[in-house]
Amino acid sequence: MSTTVRRCLVAWLLLVAVTVLSWYLGGGSADRLGPLTASVVLVFAFAKTWVVGREFMELRSAPRPLRRAFDAWVVLFALLCGSLAFL
Amino acid sequence: MGTPEFPEFLRPGGAITGPRPGAARSAPPGGHPVELGLWLFILGDLTLFGLFFCGQLAERRSDPELFRAAASVLNQTFGTVNTVVLLTSSLTVALASDAIRRQRNRRAAALLGAGLALALTFAVLKVTEYTHLVADGHTPDESVAFVYYFTLTGIHLLHLLIGTVLLSLLLRRVLVLGSDQPVGRSFAEAVAVYWHMVDLLWIVLFALLYLVAGS
Repeated sequence: MSTTVRRCLVAWLLLVAVTVLSWYLGGGSADRLGPLTASVVLVFAFAKTWVVGREFMELRSAPRPLRRAFDAWVVLFALLCGSLAFL
Repeated sequence: MGTPEFPEFLRPGGAITGPRPGAARSAPPGGHPVELGLWLFILGDLTLFGLFFCGQLAERRSDPELFRAAASVLNQTFGTVNTVVLLTSSLTVALASDAIRRQRNRRAAALLGAGLALALTFAVLKVTEYTHLVADGHTPDESVAFVYYFTLTGIHLLHLLIGTVLLSLLLRRVLVLGSDQPVGRSFAEAVAVYWHMVDLLWIVLFALLYLVAGS
């Protein structure tokens, strides 16, 4: 198994695990989300997008400006959305 | 140690930085500006969606009950299954991209076929969900929460359908070329990046519309 294949499989397992955890936090546990949990679920979602960008879009090996631009998108909207859900 | 296997449009000497002297592979014909344009499109599209996400959350703050009511009629299981379906399709497309890079076209074709089947599964589940919602009287006319729901998921579904066409074209190219001819990596990787963006956007939409809106 090549390194790329192994990395993709690990990323996929991680993404599915966080999806199930988010589903549990967001409704599967039958309790309504509080503002903090809502923010955490959103931050988890943006962390997942970062993994998709880094591993599936292969941005880990991209030129620095492109990688930084994507990282900036993730951080900016994670902060904005997380804050809007919490405050 | 061998040369790191970067995607062609990201490699030093690839599309963004221009051809590398003495590079083993030639640059994709006429492909150089396209990849930079692709990334501008991807980042622009992501930013536009990001602003929509913020708009939905800001609107929700003014009337949380409206958004709770809308979220309560959404089927979280549908949303979760669709998320796993898209994540899995992203995995198959990423593996197909790797197979194309290694000129393993039969493996790539099988993986792209699986990715396409998963894309269609997502579309069918989404349309089924729309059908149930509309049958129960939940339309954009009902509230601003449903305006956001139908608009955001509708635009996303449009992106998905475009991605499905692109994946079909790539699969066709792989099948036509057979098992031992190189597929244009630039096109393959552009299709893959677009597809991963579709997956990425759904990840946030799922959290926003199905989970957080109900809080």
